[in-house]
Amino acid sequence: MNLLSSCGASAGVKIKRTGYDTTALLSQTLLSAQQGNSPDVLIVDNPVVSTLADAGVLASNDQDNIDTSAVAPNLLAAGVLNGKTYGIPIGANTLALYYNKTILSAAGVDPSTIKSWADLTAALAKVKAAGKGGITLSAIGTEEGSFQFLPWFWGSGANLTKLDSTQGTAALQLWTTWFKDGYVPNAAIQDTQTTSWAEFATGKYAFAENGTWQLSNADKAGFPYGIIPIPSMAGGVAPAPTGGEFVTIPLQKDTSRYATTEKIVSCLTSSDNAFNTDTTLGYIGATAAIQAKQASNPELPVWITAVGAAKGRTSDNLGTNYPKISQQLWTAVQNALTGAKSASAAMSAAQAAAATATGGK
Amino acid sequence: MSDLTGAASQLSRRDGGGAAAPPPRERGGSRKPAASQVAAWAFLAPVTIYLLVFYAYPLYRSLDLSLRNYTVRSFVHGHAPFSGLKNYSIDLHDPTFTPALLHTLIFTFASIVFQFAIGLALAVFFVQHFKLSATLRALFLVPWLLPLIVSASTWSWMLNSDSGVVNSVLHHAGIASVNWLTAPKWALVSVIIANIWIGIPFNLVLMYSGLQAISPDIYEAAALDGANGWQRFWRVTFPLLRPVTAVTLLLGLVYTLKVFDIIWIMTRGGPAGASTTFATWSYQLSFGNLLPAFGPGAAAANMLIVMTLIFGFVYFRIQRKQRES
Repeated sequence: MNLLSSCGASAGVKIKRTGYDTTALLSQTLLSAQQGNSPDVLIVDNPVVSTLADAGVLASNDQDNIDTSAVAPNLLAAGVLNGKTYGIPIGANTLALYYNKTILSAAGVDPSTIKSWADLTAALAKVKAAGKGGITLSAIGTEEGSFQFLPWFWGSGANLTKLDSTQGTAALQLWTTWFKDGYVPNAAIQDTQTTSWAEFATGKYAFAENGTWQLSNADKAGFPYGIIPIPSMAGGVAPAPTGGEFVTIPLQKDTSRYATTEKIVSCLTSSDNAFNTDTTLGYIGATAAIQAKQASNPELPVWITAVGAAKGRTSDNLGTNYPKISQQLWTAVQNALTGAKSASAAMSAAQAAAATATGGK
Repeated sequence: MSDLTGAASQLSRRDGGGAAAPPPRERGGSRKPAASQVAAWAFLAPVTIYLLVFYAYPLYRSLDLSLRNYTVRSFVHGHAPFSGLKNYSIDLHDPTFTPALLHTLIFTFASIVFQFAIGLALAVFFVQHFKLSATLRALFLVPWLLPLIVSASTWSWMLNSDSGVVNSVLHHAGIASVNWLTAPKWALVSVIIANIWIGIPFNLVLMYSGLQAISPDIYEAAALDGANGWQRFWRVTFPLLRPVTAVTLLLGLVYTLKVFDIIWIMTRGGPAGASTTFATWSYQLSFGNLLPAFGPGAAAANMLIVMTLIFGFVYFRIQRKQRES
């Protein structure tokens, strides 16, 4: 908030900030654009940037002289559509596994040995045998559910263009088996990442799949915790999806406003300001310079590695096809976890629906 | 929609309600001065404008949205091509259509039957005016007065599979815990239960006022004729309550067909579409995704309006037949 007022003051204007729930922001933006009432600066979650660009709501970076050369390419990819870049990321966050040190040592599990799915499943079994809960995650029927499932999906080697590949089905089978064996709380089907964190914070669960933004909550949790990257199927770090917002500039009828807007955006994303914002929000910086500054904080190196390995959800040229595929993905997860369909049937149905929705891509 | 509100106000007028009748219009060659005609239209004007702006225009926009092929780009910039009934066709062929229809019907009928029965039973109970009956009646109004988000969140909390109060009580009674909100076969039941709880006060209030209008002399006469309690209820009370029953059921029907908040907050229409009704489906298509599909969403909403109209007309038919008999 203070950053906004100081950036505004240095550009000679007063900034009025309006906040919306993430799920409502896209429709609000579309409605305001339809009325010709777009905001001057729009900070929006990265997977919808390509949808907004496709809708002709955003100004591309060449129109606005925004310099994104220092930004890590994997983080910038979400804002690229048809060769043009829209906006600049303010920072990135991603997912990793938090663990409860007390529970793991009591169950005799050494977290540093968890490198693959098999290691993790074995650890969960040990924890369950010791009478504690296994892992909390979010499998809700919204984008958050897809977001949480993607590290496992990508970690199996599957690709979003073919949901029902053997690897993709294996990822869903992993979650389904955990669910059946009682390693995951039943409420995961409805939990958002916030509520699944609340379950981990009760101290009854060994692991939590959650993001960097929980770091400050983790410090307050009241038990010693640690972080390991999400393992992939065969071994190694799984690519996790990038979260984090882009600062974008919607198109305006009055083009004289762009000069001021550019000043504000450069101020918001300048190295020092972005560093402060990222530290407050628990994000990792989007440029190598900021990441280097953050490396001195002992809690962050795991995250910096994770973000380096992360992928944008709309990259791989998925762009506006991603939301359609994502919807089928979370539906498949819900179908499999509730037992409505088997994992392979759920994925085949999802692939068929996604293919129809994206017109055969 | 305007037909229904007009008809509802007609009903209440016939039953001694309070809506003011618009001034009668002259037929045929009128000798009435023009000033009186102008005055008549001036009285109608505010209501007409209100109906046009808040009922007719949104209906038109909804129809327009459903008849065009909207992408996000054409939504923002206009010029969406006319696509006829394609959006309706998309909805009809969507695998969610039949389950949504089924769930809407089950949800509406189950809710209304139970809400009405329990509301009526409570009203009959309260007519006896025992001590503290006024306080108790006021307490029964609480579900209706609470904001829907508070009610829905509280029900979600109570029905939580692992830490909810309901499963805890079942556990103590020796019954296995039920996944109220996360199992496909229980999700619809859970939202119906929550909706019934919310709808009881409305039925209670209306039936109670209807019961108060029945004169106790009739009951005395029936008792003198040898009718027992049950017979008094079915042969005296219930028939005399018919007008109030009509209004209550009609309003309940129209409202319940559109219920959205409870279902969305408790289950989001899930899991896996197990509690999706037309209202939640329409919202999900338009705003519940990362990529809004306004055309099919508006088409689903319009289909819901048509359903409501059909039920409304069926209801009026039955009403008219009953009155004529």
